[in-house]
Amino acid sequence: MAKEAQSEIQNPIIRVRDITVQFGATRVLDGLNLDVKRGEILGFVGPSGAGKSVLTRTIIGLVPKVAGSIEVFGVDLDSSSTSQRRNVERRWGVLFQQGALFSSLTVRQNIQFPMREYLRVSQRLMDEITMAKLTMVGLKPEVAERFPSELSGGMIKRVALARALSLDPDLVFLDEPTSGLDPIGAGDFDELVRTLQRTLGLTVFMVTHDLDSLYTACDRIAVLGNGKIIAAGSIADMQASQHPWLRQYFHGKRARAVMG
Amino acid sequence: MSSDPKLERIAKGNALALCATGTWTASFAPVLERMVADAEKLAGTPQRIFIDVSEVAKLDTFGAWLIERLRRSLTQGAVEAQIAGLSANYSSLVDEVRRVRATPELDSSTITISGMLEQIGRTVAGVAGTVAGLVDMLGAVLAAAFRVLIHPRSFRLTSTVHHMEQVCWRAVPIIVLITFLIGCIIAQQGIFHFRRFGADIFVVDMLGVLVLREIGVLLVAIMVAGRSGSAYTAELGSMKMREEIDALRTMGFDPIEVLVLPRMLALVLALPILAFLGAMAALYGGGLVAWLYGGVEPEAFLLRLRDAISIDHFIVGMVKAPVMAAVIGIVACVEGLAVQGSAESLGQHTTASVVKGIFFVIVMDGVFAIFFASIGM
Repeated sequence: MAKEAQSEIQNPIIRVRDITVQFGATRVLDGLNLDVKRGEILGFVGPSGAGKSVLTRTIIGLVPKVAGSIEVFGVDLDSSSTSQRRNVERRWGVLFQQGALFSSLTVRQNIQFPMREYLRVSQRLMDEITMAKLTMVGLKPEVAERFPSELSGGMIKRVALARALSLDPDLVFLDEPTSGLDPIGAGDFDELVRTLQRTLGLTVFMVTHDLDSLYTACDRIAVLGNGKIIAAGSIADMQASQHPWLRQYFHGKRARAVMG
Repeated sequence: MSSDPKLERIAKGNALALCATGTWTASFAPVLERMVADAEKLAGTPQRIFIDVSEVAKLDTFGAWLIERLRRSLTQGAVEAQIAGLSANYSSLVDEVRRVRATPELDSSTITISGMLEQIGRTVAGVAGTVAGLVDMLGAVLAAAFRVLIHPRSFRLTSTVHHMEQVCWRAVPIIVLITFLIGCIIAQQGIFHFRRFGADIFVVDMLGVLVLREIGVLLVAIMVAGRSGSAYTAELGSMKMREEIDALRTMGFDPIEVLVLPRMLALVLALPILAFLGAMAALYGGGLVAWLYGGVEPEAFLLRLRDAISIDHFIVGMVKAPVMAAVIGIVACVEGLAVQGSAESLGQHTTASVVKGIFFVIVMDGVFAIFFASIGM
C-alpha cells in the first residue's frame, strides 16, 4: 500500500500536455503544459482575458480543444470510456464563478443533488451530511431551506463550495472564489479553503485575481500569458521573476500594500 | 487501495471495542450506514464502549460523520462512548464533524385537506390580485404613453421598430401559412356539408363572415399570444432575474417607458396588420378550395363575396385587433415583471402569460360579440 501511495503522490493529479484551444481565428491557449500535484493548492493567475477560465473549462471538458492531452487522476479524458469519465467526474468538484446553483432548488436540495445521483443512501444521512457540509463552509443550518435567490453573494459562494464538496471529491476547481466578496469575507474564504484542504486532503486548482489569496492560501502559483504558462513556482519565485508582467503584478502598488 | 469497510465487535475485559477497518468513504456510504445503524442498537448496554478507528484506511466526511453519529447515539445514558486510535491525518476532520449540530427537523410538506382548501382559497383570492395587476399595468402604460406624447424625444423609436420586426415582419410567413390552411379547411368542410342541400355557393357567405369577423383576428391573436407574448415574458423575466430592471430604475429610467411601452406599441400596431394579412390569406385559401374542390369559379366567388359581406364585417374584425394586442401585451409584461429569482419561476410565468393571454383574448372576443350585436353591426 505504501508503494501505491508513493506512486499516487508522485504522479500529478492533473497533467495537461500541449493544449491548444481556438475560438474562430483567435488562439486562446497555445501548446500549454501544466502539472498539478496531489494535495497542493495551485493558484492560477494571469491578465484578464488570458484564458484562465478557458483552461479550467477545457480541463473539466466544457470547452473543446484543438490539440493536446489532459490526464486527470491518471485517466486520459479523450480516450476514456464513459464509465471511467463518470468516475473521474465523481471525484472532482467545481465552483463556478457565479456559483451556478440550481435556482429552483433549495440550498439543501442543491447540495444533495450529486449525492442523489451517485450514492444510494437514506434521506436522513443526506440531510446530516448536508448539515455537516454547511457547517464546514461556515453557514448556519437555517440556510438549508432557502432558495439561491434569497442568499447574499458570499453565501452563494459558500453554498456552491458546499455543493462542489458534496461527494467528498479529491480535487476541486475554484473559478475566482473570492471575487465579489468583501476583503474580510475573502480572507475567511481563503482560510476556509486552506482548512478544508488540510482536513479533507483536497487538491485545489484555484483561478484567482486576489493577491491576498495567492499569499495566504496557495502553495504554488502558475502564471498564464500568451496562451502558455510563463512561470510556475512558489510566491518567492514569482517575486524573483524578471518577466515584465510578473514584475508589475507582484511589485505593483497593490502588491506592496498586501505585503505590508 | 480501497477495501471493504468493516465494524467488528471485540470484547476487551469489561469494555467493548468497535473496530472500524477498511475504507470509510462516500463510495461505501450505503454499506457504512447499515453497519452503523446495526451498531447503534448497542446503545444502553452498561459496558464501556470504544470506537477504534486506528485501522481505517481512508476517511472522508461521510465516514467521519457516521463514526460521529455512532458515538453520539452510544453516548446517550451514563456511559460515554469514545473514539480511539485516531490518526493525526484525520483528527481535524473528526473535530470538524463534531461541531455539526444534530439535524433540525426539516418541515416535510404533507398534503392535508385543510392545506388543499387553503390552496384553493389563495388561488381564488389571487384572481382579484391578477385583475388589479393588469389594471395597474394598463394605467402605468397609458401614463407612460402620455408622458411620451408630451416629450416626444423620450420615445424609443429604435426599440419599437426592432420589436415591430420581431412580432410583425418575422411572424408574417407562419401567420399567413396557418390562416391560409384554416381558410382551406373551412371551405372544404362547408362545401362538403352544404352540398347535401345544394347550397354550395353559401360557403362563400360563411367563409367571408367567419373569417373577417371572427376567425381571422382570433386565430392571429392566439398565435401572437403564443409567439410574442411568451417572448415578452421571457425577456422581461430574465432581465428581472439579472437585476437589469433594477439597474434601469437606478439610472433614472422608467422600465415601463423603456421596456414595456415600445413592446406594447409594436404589438398594437402589429396585430391589425397580421390580422388583415391573415384574413386575406384565409379568404384566398377558401377561394382556392371552393374552386378546385367545389367547382366555384373565381369570378363567381368574388361576386358572391361582394354580395355576402359588407364593410361592417371587416371593421368589426379590425377594431378588435388592437384591443386584443393590448390585452396580450399587458398580460405578458405583468407576468414578465412578476418573475422571481429562479428558472422555475420564469417557466411558470411564461406559461401563465400564454394561458392568460389566450383566455383574455377569447373573453374580449365574447364581449365584442355582445357589443356589436347590440349596436346592430
